[in-house]
Amino acid sequence: MTDAPDPMAEIRGSFFIECEELLEAMQDGLQEIENGGSDSETINVVFRAVHSIKGGAGAFGLETLVRFAHRYETVMDAVRSGTLDVNTDILKLFFRCADHLSHLVRCSRDEDAFLEEQGRELIDLLNNSIGETEPADEPEVQIDFQPMGLNINLDLDMDGPDLSMDLDIPVFQIHFAPSAELFETGNEPFLILRTLQDLGPCEITCCTEKLVPLEQISPETPYLSWDIVLTANVDIDEILSAFEFVDGLCELKVDQQNISTLAPELSPLEVLPILEVLDVAPPSPLATVLPTPKPTPSAVKSVVRVDLDRIERLVNLVGELVINQAMLSQSLESAGLSPHSDAMNGLEEFQRLTRDIQDSVMMIRAQPVKSLFQRMSRIVRESSAAVNKDVRLDTEGDTTEVDKTVIERLADPLTHMIRNAVDHGLESTDQRTASGKPPQGKISLTAAHRSGRVVIDVSDDGGGINRPKVHQIAIDKGLVPADATLSDSEIDNLLFLPGFSTASEVSDLSGRGVGMDVVRTAIQGLGGRITITSQEGKGTTFSISLPLTLAVLDGMVVQVADETMVLPLNVVVETLTLTETNLDQVRPGLDVVRIRREFVPLFDLGVSLGYRSALDNYIDAVVLLIAHENNSRAALIVDEILDQRQVVIKGLDDSFYRAPGIAAATILGDGQIALILDPTDIIDQAQEISPVKRAS
Amino acid sequence: MSLEILAVDDSRTMREMIRLALEPAGFTVHTADDGVHGVEVLEGKMPDAIITDINMPRMDGFEFISAVRTQDDHRATPILVLTTEAAPELKIRARTAGATGWIVKPFDPAKLIKALQMVAG
Repeated sequence: MTDAPDPMAEIRGSFFIECEELLEAMQDGLQEIENGGSDSETINVVFRAVHSIKGGAGAFGLETLVRFAHRYETVMDAVRSGTLDVNTDILKLFFRCADHLSHLVRCSRDEDAFLEEQGRELIDLLNNSIGETEPADEPEVQIDFQPMGLNINLDLDMDGPDLSMDLDIPVFQIHFAPSAELFETGNEPFLILRTLQDLGPCEITCCTEKLVPLEQISPETPYLSWDIVLTANVDIDEILSAFEFVDGLCELKVDQQNISTLAPELSPLEVLPILEVLDVAPPSPLATVLPTPKPTPSAVKSVVRVDLDRIERLVNLVGELVINQAMLSQSLESAGLSPHSDAMNGLEEFQRLTRDIQDSVMMIRAQPVKSLFQRMSRIVRESSAAVNKDVRLDTEGDTTEVDKTVIERLADPLTHMIRNAVDHGLESTDQRTASGKPPQGKISLTAAHRSGRVVIDVSDDGGGINRPKVHQIAIDKGLVPADATLSDSEIDNLLFLPGFSTASEVSDLSGRGVGMDVVRTAIQGLGGRITITSQEGKGTTFSISLPLTLAVLDGMVVQVADETMVLPLNVVVETLTLTETNLDQVRPGLDVVRIRREFVPLFDLGVSLGYRSALDNYIDAVVLLIAHENNSRAALIVDEILDQRQVVIKGLDDSFYRAPGIAAATILGDGQIALILDPTDIIDQAQEISPVKRAS
Repeated sequence: MSLEILAVDDSRTMREMIRLALEPAGFTVHTADDGVHGVEVLEGKMPDAIITDINMPRMDGFEFISAVRTQDDHRATPILVLTTEAAPELKIRARTAGATGWIVKPFDPAKLIKALQMVAG
């Protein structure tokens, strides 16, 4: 194993991937048992998952993992064999153990420290559940033969200088008579004899005295036995190990003696004749009552594992293809080709194919959100136990597929939201009972595809947002002016403000100094939006809307102060032109545009980005109406709208200073580099300075 | 001598470990994911030895061994059980089903190779 470290590391890696799958299967199984829809196979599935983890962990010497999995498996086995009934407590314990097992797997993988206290507690609970008080997990025996009574008579005289070396070599006398079962189990005397020969020179005598006349021979009865004299400097255990598999299936005697007592007249027999004799005695038949295998149709899923790097490369190449196609399209156009020419038609087809390829490549990266949701069910269990609430998590749309990176980066914000929902969203059990609600709180987690995006909702059936309290806290913290009149949704959105925390007493669960603002920043970092709706007494829903992928973006290409820029299309609600009638000023320094009786603050993108100073006159300027995450809107003034197209996102790596308002870059069809803007960020920045100031 | 081996185990990690242990030693390794799959893979093949796990979905190791032994072609094919279990009653069950030998996981590649050579040549 040591001479091939690379494949081992690879297998180790794939072991942990397999573990994740097994943990998922285990969670599913436990969930099924909890929901009451289980059969005997369900517990088998869970058992096997734990068992396989144990088996693999043993191969990599992950002791702690092996020990815990072994205990867990033992209790599971008691359930499987019917000696232990699954009740709510046992199931709860199983869930906790499943969580701990996941923890151990991840810590083993990342070589992190284990929660040993928790492990000990659970092992105790597991032992208690099957009435065992002391951990019975002795290291498993590797080889399992019983040492035989031996007459070891080492009569060596090391002092004598004239003794030849031969005298030091022990001699063993072995008698070996196979029974019929030895053949039935596929064992082969010839190979055992050969194994003995590998140990040292053998004198093998075939005992044929039991052999009956040919016409009476039953082909499946063994008649032969062997006497072997083995001269080898080996331990008796090594000889016995040759017979390890046939222990109990043969008559076996092993005696050790000094070479000087060996009868010299033993005539050595060749091994070859034995082989011929063996051919006469083939294996005996097996009972034919054995069940024939059921012709179960193969349900083996055909799956290929691909290194993520390779997919990334493919995604990048497809990105280049999209750019290339756009360039080609532009150069054909500038060559003055008619849009109906064959070349242009062909190009259109090319464009469609490119897009199809792009979609397919993105599909490769897509993963169901199920694994993420399962992690959340663990968070719910942990956090509800911490605050002593009875909480159930319902999930829906587990199979919804989202880009792998998105899933990975969603885990933290979602964890925080779930903790919040358990801690702040749901009332205490007493309060719930008092208001006539079922004592068990419910949190639901749903995922769905909606118009090219993924929408993930986290809802609770708690008391809803306590708006007067939220408002008061915001005033106390100086986040809003004391006299401000805020709409319900504006108050709800205060939760997203940095430095806002509602819990009057900081609980050890969600009061970790991480607020919803961090959640929102994380979601925005994924190109997503988060919104909140709350109904008093009924509950609160956080809705996250995410792009399907992080690699491409539907963008609006605009011109600002001679610069070409791209805005994510999904934030642009509509476009309009400023006129005398819709342009207005609320107060000096705050220009607004009136859109359907609503005033929307106006910002000049060129000024916000520092490309130019404010213009004298904005009449006839092009304006993009931008939807803000919190449902508020803003209008951005641009010089010209150039195009609307899909662009490939090229990340600006760390070598660039992180400029506010700039999300990434892209390469346009003509090879020009354009910055992709983050309009929300721009507006936030601009609001801090000031909206459009008309030079007066 | 190059031996042909069929390894049946529902754990991908274990299948890969077996492959890694045996292929450098010149073995040809076929794998199957469980007993049912093992019977399918076995069709038309004459492996020199079979390695099987016990705890597997669809068809466990005991059933698999019995199923193999009912086939005339494989009545004498050596079958090694490779499992984490070490309980004597399970070993007796395996032997009754027709298992040739029993190796406890985690296995040492050298020991596995030696055991295979001991039962299969």
